[in-house]
Amino acid sequence: MKLAYWPGCVSRGFTPELHGSTALAADALGIELVTLDRANCTGAGVIAEHNQELADTLNARTFALAQETGLSMMNICSTCQGAQSECQERLDADASYRAHINETLSGEGLAYSKDADGFTNKNFLWVLVEDYGLDKLAEKVKRPLEGLRVGPFYGCYVLRPKTRLGYDEHPDRDLYLEQVIEVLGGTVVDYDGARRCCGFPVITMNKETSLRQAGTHVGDAIDAGADCLVTPCPLCHLNLDMQQPEAAKVVGRDLGLAVLHLPQLVGLALGFDPKQLGMPKHIASTIAVEDRVAALA
Amino acid sequence: MSAYTLKVRRYQPESEEDDKRGAYWEKFDVELDPTLSVLDGLLQAKNDADGTLAVRCSCRAAICGSCGVKINGQSTLACKTQLGEAAEEAARKARTGDGDAEITVEPMGNMPVIKDLVTDMESTHWKKFRRVTPWLLPAGPPPEREYIVPAESMVDVTQSVACIQCGACVSSCLSMEADPEFVGPAALAKAYRFVGDPRDGQTTERLFDLANDPHGMYDCTHCFSCIDACPKDVAPMNQIMRLRRLAGDDHGIRDVNNGHSHEMAFVKNIRKKGTLDESLLFQESYAPGVKGKLLPRVSAIRGLLDSIPTAIRGIRTGKMRSIPKLIPGVHHKLPGDAQDHVKHIYERAEESKIQLNLYIIGEGGEEDASAEATEPESVEEESATA
Ligand code: SF4
Ligand code: SF4
Ligand code: FES
Repeated sequence: MKLAYWPGCVSRGFTPELHGSTALAADALGIELVTLDRANCTGAGVIAEHNQELADTLNARTFALAQETGLSMMNICSTCQGAQSECQERLDADASYRAHINETLSGEGLAYSKDADGFTNKNFLWVLVEDYGLDKLAEKVKRPLEGLRVGPFYGCYVLRPKTRLGYDEHPDRDLYLEQVIEVLGGTVVDYDGARRCCGFPVITMNKETSLRQAGTHVGDAIDAGADCLVTPCPLCHLNLDMQQPEAAKVVGRDLGLAVLHLPQLVGLALGFDPKQLGMPKHIASTIAVEDRVAALA
Repeated sequence: MSAYTLKVRRYQPESEEDDKRGAYWEKFDVELDPTLSVLDGLLQAKNDADGTLAVRCSCRAAICGSCGVKINGQSTLACKTQLGEAAEEAARKARTGDGDAEITVEPMGNMPVIKDLVTDMESTHWKKFRRVTPWLLPAGPPPEREYIVPAESMVDVTQSVACIQCGACVSSCLSMEADPEFVGPAALAKAYRFVGDPRDGQTTERLFDLANDPHGMYDCTHCFSCIDACPKDVAPMNQIMRLRRLAGDDHGIRDVNNGHSHEMAFVKNIRKKGTLDESLLFQESYAPGVKGKLLPRVSAIRGLLDSIPTAIRGIRTGKMRSIPKLIPGVHHKLPGDAQDHVKHIYERAEESKIQLNLYIIGEGGEEDASAEATEPESVEEESATA
C-alpha cells in the first residue's frame, strides 16, 4: 500500500511525536508514505471562517499535489480531515467554481480534479479500517495490549457533520477506534467524552470553557477506569494532554491520564518501545502505560 | 408491525412513589410499523401502559418543533425519527450485531427537566433567543407599501429562517455543556437571520453587541453538533461563522474574546510560512502586529502570561522549541518556490472572496445550473491533468 501523505502542521510542531510514531507504525505495517512536502496548512477551519475561497484554493492545491503522484491521500489529524473535507465538498459541488480555483493553481501547473481515478483523502484511522483492513492489522500485532484499558477520543472533525464525512457510505466511522483498540488486544472503556469536543478551538478565546471541556472528559475517562485515552487528532491531544494540568485546575480535581496518539497505540502493539514512539514527550505521564506494556513483553 | 422496546429516561418530581421522584429508566414494549415514528411509539406507551408518561408534541409532522428529545443519544425530533431506523441505529451503536437493541429516549440536554421528556425551554432556549433581539429593527419609517428587496439577499437568510425553534441544537451544544451562559446555536442562527436581512437598520449594533459578549459568537467551539442535530438544515454553526466573518472582517469589530485577532493571526501565519507556526500564532493572537506588541491590551497580556506554564512544561519534555516568541522559534519552510504560490493564492482569493452556499445550490449532486456555461472548459482542464 502506497499513499500520498499530508502530515499536517501540529504533528511537526507541538506534537512531533505524532509524525515520528506514524512513520514507524506505517513502515512496520508496510504502508509506504510519499510526503507532500510542498503542501500547505489546511487552515483548520479558521481560514475558511475568514475567506472560504482562500481555504478552498489552499486545499485544492494540496489535493492537486497528491493527485500528481497518482496516489490517494492520507492525513493524521481529525482537524485536517474535517477542514479538507469541507473544502472538497464545495470544490466538488460546482464546476465553474472548480474551474475558477484551478485557474489560480495553473501558475504552478496544478489542477484539482473531481473523482480522479477513485482519489480519496482519509485519515490514518479510516485507512487502517477501510483500506488496510482489521484482519491484516491483527496479523501484524506482536504484543497484544492485554489488560490495557483504553478510552477512545475521536475529535469532532472526523465525526460531524455526517453527510460531509462520508457516513452514508461508511456508517461505522464513529466506531472505528473501538474496533482498532479491540484488534490491538486492548479493552475499550466506555465513557461520556468519546465523541464530545476537546475544547481546543476556543482555547485562545475562552480558556475556561475550553479547559472545562478537556478536564471533564479526562475526568470521566478516569472515573470509568481508563489507563489511557487514544486520539487520532493532535489538536485534541494539545488540549487533553498538554493543557491537562491547567484543565485539572478548572475542573477542580486531580487528573493525570496518559493520552496516546493513534499511531503510538498501534506502535505499542506492533512491538515498538514507548521511547521510540516519543511517549516521554507527553505532558501527562505515560509511565503507568509503559509499565503495563513492559509487563506484557 | 414490529415489536420495539423503548428505554425511556423518566422523572416524576410530583409522584407519590418515592423511587419515581429521582430520574430513572423504564422500558416500554410497543408494536408498530417500522415506518411510524418514535413519537408514535411513545404515545402508544402512554396510551396502553402508563398514562403519566409525559411527552410534548403537537403537529407530529416536524413542523411545530414541540417534540425535541434525545434518541440513542442524538438530539432530534421524536416525530421525525422512524422506529425502524432508530432500532437499527441502537443496534449499531451497541455493537452487539443483533437487530433488537433497545431504543433509548431521553429529555433534551442543556435544559432543566420538568417531567419525563418535557424540558423547560423557557429558562434556556427562549431566554437566549430573546437575548438577540429577534425581530426586525427597520432603518427608517416603513415604506407606504411592501419592502422591495433584492431576491439574492433574502435567499441568503433562507436557511436561518427555516428554524422551527425546537431546541435540538441547544440540547446538543458542547460549548453550552461547559458554559451555560453561551448564547448558543439557535439564538445565534436567529441573530444572523436579522443581521443578514437588508431591511434591518441595526446590523453593526447587533454585531457589536454579540462580539462584546464573552459568551457570544466566539464561545462556539466549532463542534458541528448543532449541524447534525437540526431537523431543518439550519446549520447554526455555519451562521455563527458568518456572524464572525461579518463582525471582524467586514465591520472591523474587535471582540472581547480576541477571536478575530486569533483568526487573522492564523491567516497571516499561513501566508507567511505555508504551515502553521504555533509559537508565533499564540503571540500574534494575543498581541497582533507591532502596535499589539508595544501597546498590548490587558486581556492579551493575561492570555499570554497564562500560556507560559504550559509552554514551560512543553519545553521541558521536548515538545516545544520555545516559549511563544520570547525566544524565536525555528519553523520549517516550504521548499523552493512553493511559498510564492501560496502567496499568489492569497492575492487572488482575497480579491474575489467567493462564498459558495451549498444550502442553495445543493450538495454533491448534479452540477449547479449556472455552471453549465463553463462546464466543457473545466472538464477539459481536468482531463488534461488526470
Ligand atoms: S458548533 Fe458551536 S453552537 Fe454548534 S453545537 Fe458546537 S459549540 Fe454549540
Ligand atoms: S436551528 Fe434547527 S435545531 Fe436549532 S432550534 Fe432551529 S430548527 Fe431546531
Ligand atoms: S410534534 Fe411537531 S415537530 Fe414533532
